[in-house]
Amino acid sequence: MASSALLSEYLPILIFIFVAGGMSALMIVASLIVGKQNPDQDKLSAYECGFDAFDDTRGKFDVRFYLVAILFIIFDLEVAFLFPWAVSLGAIGLVGFWSMVAFLGVLTIGFIYEWKKGALDWE
Amino acid sequence: MMELWTTYGWPLAVMLAQIGVILGLVLFFVAYLTYAERKVLGAMQRRQGPMTVGPLGLLQPIADGVKLLSKEMIIPSQAHRVVFLLAPMLTFMLALIAWAVIPVSPGWVLADINVGILYLFAVSSMGVYGVIMAGWASNSRYAFLGGLRSASQMVSYEVSMGLVIVCVLLCVGSLNLTEIVEAQRPAWMQIMLLPMLVVFLVSILAETNRSPFDLPEGESELSGGFMVEYSAMAFALFFLGEYANMILMSAMTTLLFLGGWLPPFNIEALAFVPGFIWFGLKTAGVLFFYLWTRATFPRYRYDQLMRLGWKVFLPFSLLWVLVVSGVLVFTDTLPQ
Repeated sequence: MASSALLSEYLPILIFIFVAGGMSALMIVASLIVGKQNPDQDKLSAYECGFDAFDDTRGKFDVRFYLVAILFIIFDLEVAFLFPWAVSLGAIGLVGFWSMVAFLGVLTIGFIYEWKKGALDWE
Repeated sequence: MMELWTTYGWPLAVMLAQIGVILGLVLFFVAYLTYAERKVLGAMQRRQGPMTVGPLGLLQPIADGVKLLSKEMIIPSQAHRVVFLLAPMLTFMLALIAWAVIPVSPGWVLADINVGILYLFAVSSMGVYGVIMAGWASNSRYAFLGGLRSASQMVSYEVSMGLVIVCVLLCVGSLNLTEIVEAQRPAWMQIMLLPMLVVFLVSILAETNRSPFDLPEGESELSGGFMVEYSAMAFALFFLGEYANMILMSAMTTLLFLGGWLPPFNIEALAFVPGFIWFGLKTAGVLFFYLWTRATFPRYRYDQLMRLGWKVFLPFSLLWVLVVSGVLVFTDTLPQ
């Protein structure tokens, strides 16, 4: 029964998600009904300083954004790993502390490598 | 039949009532935060701010809402219609559901889950999806670039925010928000966390795309960023979502660093004031910091922003995690 008690704590959140989602959908629908819709071709074209758009936008973009995403995954995983460690450090003591220092050391070496390679520069 | 009502019906009704109260309060404060922002910015530039609609302009947010509701909703012909409309809905929904776990006073919380701070962190991370979806679905260059910039800015600062939260967790030893506040950290611990408070305050500015880090919507170059194609209520949802996120981040700062509903510095004489008032005052203080920076600082350049996030905040907060944990381990003051 313990697991169902744990899950029932999340029931309000689930209901909240439905209520909030329903409310935002309602606001969009209300706006579509209340607002006077009078579209024409120029109004519906993409905003572009007086020109018509030359081509589709969803093409190539700077690879640096991709690089940031990869770096983010590495460090966010690290943060996800640090969360349980931080909460239970009192129970795992010195061994837990030094093993995390070793792990962070390895990560810092990688970080220094990225820095020297210029992965963090934005020129 | 009666039994069915007492076991399921009544608790559900109570839950819905609580959700209604939370939603009502959040929307009310969001509306009046926009008013407060215009008044504060006005005062800092020696002008009046809104003052025509209602006494002292107090009805201005309502007038704005009615205006946005009655505007024409433009969906660009090249846009992906479903994703285009889903993006603001998602942003707004995420900004609201985070409030389910925020304790305003002891026990005043919808869901007192044992991993509250993790839930908050997860929900605020998902905000990136709304931005990316809006930027991609609009099929406009400004929106696309704004979406990319905004997403990489948000994920960059999220890392240091995570490390800051880890520092607090080390001192508290719990992921439950109520316990984080009630932990009553000694003064030396608070001083040790002070640099992290500074990092956190700057990171929440970047995380909510606020000035001086409002590059994604930098008017002078991107003319509105990822929300350039949005109008009417779809725009309003982004707008409300942004302000709800500002209040949420201020509430998070209050819970993590400023002692939530406890009176400042734990002065016994001030304990007669109810907790939610202290909580509100502290949150309002952080919100004022938001508005103050907007009135004071010019916008950052994008490379400066990324340098600050990756080369200053990340190494510094990583180092501070080690400092805090080292001090706690070797002085044997870790929470058990």
